[in-house]
Amino acid sequence: MHRPELVCPAGTPAGLHAAVDAGADAVYCGFQGPTNARNFPGLNFSPREMEQAVTYAHDRGTKVLAAINSFPPAGQMAAWKRAVDDAVRFGMDAVIVADIGVAAYTARMHPDQRLHLSVQAGASSPEAINFYCREFGVRRVVLPRILTVAEIKGIHAQIPCEIEAFIFGNIGMMAEGRCSLSAYATGQSTNMDGVCSPASHVHYLQDEGGNLKSLLGEFTIDCFTCDESAGYPTICKGRYDTEIRTGYYAFEEPVSLNLTPLLPELMRAGVTALKIEGRQRSRAYVAAVVAAFRKAVDACMENRVPDMAGLIALTEGHRETQGAFGGRKWR
Amino acid sequence: MNADSVDDARFLPQPGAFRDVPRMALAPVPLFLLQPILQRIVAGVVRCHPELFIRLGEGVGKRFLIDATNLPFVMLLRLDPDRPLLRAYRRGQLPAHDGRIAGSLLTLLDLVDGNTDSDALFFTRKLVVEGDTGAVVALRNAMDDTEGRLADDVVSGFGPLTWPAAQVLAVLREIRRRCQ
Repeated sequence: MHRPELVCPAGTPAGLHAAVDAGADAVYCGFQGPTNARNFPGLNFSPREMEQAVTYAHDRGTKVLAAINSFPPAGQMAAWKRAVDDAVRFGMDAVIVADIGVAAYTARMHPDQRLHLSVQAGASSPEAINFYCREFGVRRVVLPRILTVAEIKGIHAQIPCEIEAFIFGNIGMMAEGRCSLSAYATGQSTNMDGVCSPASHVHYLQDEGGNLKSLLGEFTIDCFTCDESAGYPTICKGRYDTEIRTGYYAFEEPVSLNLTPLLPELMRAGVTALKIEGRQRSRAYVAAVVAAFRKAVDACMENRVPDMAGLIALTEGHRETQGAFGGRKWR
Repeated sequence: MNADSVDDARFLPQPGAFRDVPRMALAPVPLFLLQPILQRIVAGVVRCHPELFIRLGEGVGKRFLIDATNLPFVMLLRLDPDRPLLRAYRRGQLPAHDGRIAGSLLTLLDLVDGNTDSDALFFTRKLVVEGDTGAVVALRNAMDDTEGRLADDVVSGFGPLTWPAAQVLAVLREIRRRCQ
């Protein structure tokens, strides 16, 4: 069995140091601004920080991947081109793109730069993936979180590039790169502004009894009683009154993806890289999750069963799922 | 300074009983005695971590109500490199603020030290955030990027009070360690 690359998130230089020190094979991170899909206040890297981060990681044998995976609005391509140019100049090991124009620019201006296709591209069929490989020389595809392991295995047999699959972290019920729920509520696009549920539009109200209401823009997303675990204020994880039911998680519950039990299957299915979600999370999260999956991957390589009980404390709503990977069909 | 430097851990309050200790111990203390210490803390943040303000971005100058729920007072924090402020207020006299961050004293210390994930604390309802969420998120990320050095760096600038301040910090961390 091929040893997979463990690809880990970092939202700040401190997060990158934590990921590298915890045993990441590669760390993915983005520049400040809308060029990446985690454009939150206080997050991401200035060009100077990115250059230093690359040096830190490379000195320790870890790759750094540039997430430039949002979609430039019309006439605003300059920031995305600058991000690609900086990533190449700093010697980043791959550029992760979603937009066809950014992919074309990278392939044309920097033909030797390794190119990965972001999950945001939503390429889930061999035909789509082969198009990106043929036209832009994409070397790896990050698969959308809507496929079963059997489907991943089938795709692997029909494409010329590597496969990267999410194994842990936030998961929503959406068509990756096409979701407009947050944009509907806030006016800011997840895919072009790089932020789902922008913090500036999120409000929490807790009453004296400890009951918590979370709002996105003018919409109430959920109400948690004082003894309930809370979740992220994303519309796809909201609880609604519908014609069918009241207080109903109409799309998806607050839950995190955890594919630890499926790691051996994923590795046998031809997955080259295992991805941990969470650039918006803290350094403590990165250190804990990366260390746990470092041990887990190493254990799988030695046919041992990994112990991952500690990770439940870091999951949304204190619940975890295998999502579509385990065969789940959304409503 | 780490937990090992606490001279004799046998005399530390046990974690469960610790919850009300800060409130009881500090209730009789006049706030005017605390204000110079708090101002020294925030001045230390400005001195030791000027990079924090770059990451804080639009959060610079915002007023954060730091509510350690087992203290008899709240603190108003304004991270402004030119006019930093950390000031205590009695609970019945809450000052105007842009955002509120509430949790137990040990939970908030854990966040400053970067030992725990704030999202996980939020999920488990141990951390409460209200008001300007954008400013609070920026503050969280800016503090997280100090790699857990913030408290030690600030304490190291306490001059003649460095040793006792470091002892207090070490005791709190030891209690927190026992709570885990």
